[in-house]
Amino acid sequence: MLASYLAVTTTKALKMTETASTQRPKRREFRNINAFTDLPGYRLPLAGMVSILHRVSGAIMFLLLPFVIWMFDTSISSDLSFERFKSVFNTGVFGLPGVLWKLVVLALIWAFLHHFSAGLRHLWMDSSHEAVSKEFGRQSAAATLVVSIGLTLVLGAKLFGLY
Amino acid sequence: MSVNYGSKRIVVGAHYGTRDWLSQRITAGLMAVFTLLLVGQIIFSKGPIGYDKWAGIFSPQWMKILTFAVIVALTQHVWVGVRDIWMDYVKPVGVRLSLQVFTIIWLVACAGWSVQVLWRL
Repeated sequence: MLASYLAVTTTKALKMTETASTQRPKRREFRNINAFTDLPGYRLPLAGMVSILHRVSGAIMFLLLPFVIWMFDTSISSDLSFERFKSVFNTGVFGLPGVLWKLVVLALIWAFLHHFSAGLRHLWMDSSHEAVSKEFGRQSAAATLVVSIGLTLVLGAKLFGLY
Repeated sequence: MSVNYGSKRIVVGAHYGTRDWLSQRITAGLMAVFTLLLVGQIIFSKGPIGYDKWAGIFSPQWMKILTFAVIVALTQHVWVGVRDIWMDYVKPVGVRLSLQVFTIIWLVACAGWSVQVLWRL
């Protein structure tokens, strides 16, 4: 009884998808995403981009945590170590030029700014039901990207001495 | 005891999953306030920032205590976040446990180092 009912509804549903597919080109459906075969062609909405970048930026800061504390240590311990701190980014250290260390700092700046603004977006959506909608999700995701990338450019220009 | 499940769960109870979620939000809030405080001090200071000014920001006892609280908050926040990453992508129990142990050691070591730097000042 139940099986025949299911069979009928499935045929109905199939017919409906058939009529729908004649109106619109069929998109590929994903059930279980393979990182190597599916991910390159996977189209993420803006909110999805912000979400995965939130995770990536968090992971970057987690791995670079010792570098952050090393910067805190050398910059704050004495005026002698403060000079050493500055020289790392001007003349370099461990055979790597200062520019490369500045690039690592730039990555940290972006990671922090993105994690910060995407985190505020999270808190906003946690505390307001109105904020949990498709439109707000897209708009706030766009705003997050604009703020984090914009501020990264501003601070990056300062880091590399453009102003 | 009164109803303690569904939407009536006590937020401050243990092992609902809500605790980690909530602690991640609260630690985030503390770190955000600390960030604004620190950035504000740098922006509103006059002249170029040399060693004295930079170290001066962290030298008052209240700032050390606040920074210490932020270090603890950061450790908890990162623990919840990184554990989420391992739970999403790493399925074998042994590998996941090893990564979680590595995460704890990494975070506790970093916290210890930063506290040492803070109170040596």
